[in-house]
Amino acid sequence: MRILISAILLTILVLGLAFALVEIPFGANQINSSLKPGRHYLENGVDETGAANVVTSVVVTYRGFDTLGEVTILFIAAIGLGAVLYTRGKRLPEVKPQPASLILQTGCRFLFPLILVFGTYIFIHGHLSPGGGFQGGVIVASAFLLVYLGCAEKKIARTKLAATESFAGLVFVIVGLLGLVVGGSFLMNFLPQGTVNTLFSAGVIPVIYAAIGFKVGSELAGIVGDLLEKSQ
Amino acid sequence: MEDTLKQITEAVIVVLMLGGAVCACIFKDLLNAVIATAFVSLMAAILFYFLQAPDVAMAEASIGAALTTAIFVIAIRKTKRFEE
Amino acid sequence: MNLLFNNTYYLACIGLIAIGLYVMLVKKNLIKVIIGLSLFETGINLLFIVIGYIRHGTAPIFSRPGLTAENMVDPTPQALVLTAIVIGVAVLALALSLAVRLNEHYGTLNLRKIRDLKW
Repeated sequence: MRILISAILLTILVLGLAFALVEIPFGANQINSSLKPGRHYLENGVDETGAANVVTSVVVTYRGFDTLGEVTILFIAAIGLGAVLYTRGKRLPEVKPQPASLILQTGCRFLFPLILVFGTYIFIHGHLSPGGGFQGGVIVASAFLLVYLGCAEKKIARTKLAATESFAGLVFVIVGLLGLVVGGSFLMNFLPQGTVNTLFSAGVIPVIYAAIGFKVGSELAGIVGDLLEKSQ
Repeated sequence: MEDTLKQITEAVIVVLMLGGAVCACIFKDLLNAVIATAFVSLMAAILFYFLQAPDVAMAEASIGAALTTAIFVIAIRKTKRFEE
Repeated sequence: MNLLFNNTYYLACIGLIAIGLYVMLVKKNLIKVIIGLSLFETGINLLFIVIGYIRHGTAPIFSRPGLTAENMVDPTPQALVLTAIVIGVAVLALALSLAVRLNEHYGTLNLRKIRDLKW
């Protein structure tokens, strides 16, 4: 009965999607024909913001509020996860993880700073090459995941991770408010633009992306740590 | 000639992705289903690269293949492994 | 056959959306439902990027001085999908923590047996 109803609903949905997608032929050049915002971002993006990566300038400058909202959603999800898994004072039986072999421990300890440097490189060069704050932050979080999996007796300082996350979020909001004070609108690009394709260019975009990289990295590492430790 | 080669590659990757999704639906062992989901994410990241979107490909590969799989495996370890 | 080859990407997106929704509607285990949610979100993100593709276009990055804005793909859907992927992982983490808590409380993850969810 349930399978029959869901099959009927899915058929209606698939037919509706197919009829809607007939109007958009695949690969057709649509942003030249009408007044699409993509046209404006591609033509004037480098002059107005100074970033070589147009997707970065769209995410941080032209649609900065969406990025602020997304950072807020990540923060709320991390808090919600910590609140749901909270056991009020009840001491859980301490499960000793089985110590990993020597090769695994040495390898994890050797790889951890290399992965951190790689993630930092990706979010610092977000405005010059493909990458940015979210990708770099996730790579930093997977370095912490490696430490959780490989050398499990090396305790990760949870308070330092939480402090980094909150401080980075504050930096993002303070940069936006500074844009309001200096320029007149929230999240305005008030630092000088510099020359295109150099590291210190594009105004306030590298600062915001570095803050986002730190915040996402420590947040996701905190989420994985909460899931591992807080329930049996 | 190389246009048809590209089209055949895309078709093969799409078929592999849909096969992985069907396997994620069918498997009764939840760990196997999670690995099939990671495979679907990997094929989607390759398709994002073919569609000239390198930022999105990087995000999907790192998030879908590494973090989602890790969170799922930790959650399965704390609950049941088989779907009954 | 030519129609199939021209629209492989659309078929992939619609297939992923349909399979994800089927898993969410029919399956009984809560973690299987969350796996279906993950497949569904991957399908929708793929659909966004496919709509923004222009044939023979390149990635929207001005890395060399000789590139012009005429033959680049649309950058707006890529920015939206970047946000959507990260929000997807946040929702997944919260849903899995709720599943772990439900298993502790009820002892099972079978949705037909968790009576309080029905209204």
